[in-house]
Amino acid sequence: MTTVVKAPGEAAAEKKRASATGHPRGKRKSGSDGMVLNVFSHGFLAVWGILIILPLIWLVLGSFKTDVQIGESALSWPANWHFDAFPRAWDKGIGSYFANTIIVMVFSVPLTMLLGSMAAYVLARYPFRGNRPIYYFFVSGAMFPVFLALVPLFFMVKRLDMLNTFQGLILVYVAYSMPFTVFFMHSFFRTLPTAVHEAAVIDGASHTRIFFQVMMPMAKPGLISVGIFNVLGQWNQYILPSVLMQPQTGSDPERYMLTQGLIQLQYQMGYETDLPVLFAGVTIAMIPMLVVYLSFQRQIQAGLTSATLK
Amino acid sequence: MSHVANSKGRGGFIAGFLILPLALYLTFVIWPYVQTFGYSFTNWTGQSPTFDFVGLDNYSALMKDEVFRGALLHNLLLLVFVPTITILISLFFAFMLNAGGRGGAGGVQGVRGSALYKVIYFFPQVLSLAILAVLFGAVYRSDEGGLLNGFLTKLGLVDPAHPIEWLNEPNFVLWCLLLVVVWHGVGFYLVLFSAAMQSIPKDIYEAALLDGAKRAQTFFKVTLPLLWDSVQTSAVYLGIAAMDMFVLVSTMTSGQFGGGPDHHSEVMATVLMRNFLYFGKAGYACAMGVVMLVLTLILSAITLRATRREHVEF
Repeated sequence: MTTVVKAPGEAAAEKKRASATGHPRGKRKSGSDGMVLNVFSHGFLAVWGILIILPLIWLVLGSFKTDVQIGESALSWPANWHFDAFPRAWDKGIGSYFANTIIVMVFSVPLTMLLGSMAAYVLARYPFRGNRPIYYFFVSGAMFPVFLALVPLFFMVKRLDMLNTFQGLILVYVAYSMPFTVFFMHSFFRTLPTAVHEAAVIDGASHTRIFFQVMMPMAKPGLISVGIFNVLGQWNQYILPSVLMQPQTGSDPERYMLTQGLIQLQYQMGYETDLPVLFAGVTIAMIPMLVVYLSFQRQIQAGLTSATLK
Repeated sequence: MSHVANSKGRGGFIAGFLILPLALYLTFVIWPYVQTFGYSFTNWTGQSPTFDFVGLDNYSALMKDEVFRGALLHNLLLLVFVPTITILISLFFAFMLNAGGRGGAGGVQGVRGSALYKVIYFFPQVLSLAILAVLFGAVYRSDEGGLLNGFLTKLGLVDPAHPIEWLNEPNFVLWCLLLVVVWHGVGFYLVLFSAAMQSIPKDIYEAALLDGAKRAQTFFKVTLPLLWDSVQTSAVYLGIAAMDMFVLVSTMTSGQFGGGPDHHSEVMATVLMRNFLYFGKAGYACAMGVVMLVLTLILSAITLRATRREHVEF
């Protein structure tokens, strides 16, 4: 995909070209047209921008209000700023849900990247019988909603005695991240030059060594893109943990993920009528995503859209 | 590749690199999908290890299940409206962003600050559905504390004594959910269409300009046909999302796994989960899964066929 970059002088050159072609009337018309349209488009664009930002800011502001103030009027500014909802939300479980999510992802994201790259690499660069079918087999998993597999998946994890365990969820996350990771890394490994690889072979490096010491470093940009995607996807996952991470008996520990914990908190706060705590919890959950997004927004937008267009 | 192909240890290496990823994928993804079909022909409860083969009983029971039929209808409604509304809004904004600029160059100049707009619009996409559920749960609150009711009261459109119970109003609930999906999705598809628009070579626009085309004409005669591939892909993705809806419905509406009030926001996924985890009808739930799968496949096929156009290479 090529991006059209407009050189500074280009617009002027275009105008000159347009007037040189001898359509003075047409030109003037489209000029004033452009003005009206410009104001018009900025108006619409700004309205949508406000529609996106306003609810989010409103929610964050709510975590500084009192419950009574939230209930009385939606449009009020926090009367006096209460910061205590944040530590309370943290103690209500957000802290441990946060930790649980981190524990799972510390293992699941690197494991996804490693296993996904291994499979993608072999499928992209080694022709062998059955290569295509295995590739399609991996990629086809992205087509179906998780839902259809949920019932048997639950019993599969149960049979392996891994319900409500971190290792169970880690393996399931890795498996369900496989289609996109293999698909993305496959196309990336195909674009890497073969010359470097051949040089390494002549130097007597083994296949495994070439993969880890030559190909993986070269694939770094691809790994970063797909890594961000997996971090977002696994951080935001709700359905898988809500089925697989339920305490099986009363004495089992709660091992909720952050998303699941937020919903739990929503139910709880509905009874206790302490909305600032809920809003503070959501704010805490949103901050890491905001940071990741603002740091990588270019890669995130490019990565997600190119994945869809294929 | 010849060196690679001939060097020794190749077979073992390939097998070694594929075995773990394949094993995981087969165990947790492929096998459960396959099993869904098998279980859908049984009366399995999920609790006991034993079950009987009951043939198509689950499927004929599904046909008679009023709740499931209502859910199916809701999914179909969402299926029509979610992609249509989302795609129209995103196309509109993408065109504004890329062609709403001041310059008179036949609609090829983007508005100032289009990068900033894109950053803002795309942000909901990185938020989890759980966060959306809590956020919009608060927006739709049924008293003045809800953002929507608060606004409407301020404008004098809603009587403060009787605020609207958005999510408990049988006629509103589905549309309220639909708005959340659109709010969430527009940014993503806008960026997608915007990228596709930017990849259209400029000389096409210049040629159109020389022929005296206006912006609207340029959009319908040049931009849209060249964008058709992305529109079609988006329709399929949005359609698949409209078939799911589990997280939003189960967390925002009333009832066990959502669906309320009185099944007015029920979707197939929530009925499936209720039957599986609450009623203990695992076999029956699997039959629903199969119906959802078949419908998803049919719909993707229909969308791709119905929207097929001559593919333009440039």
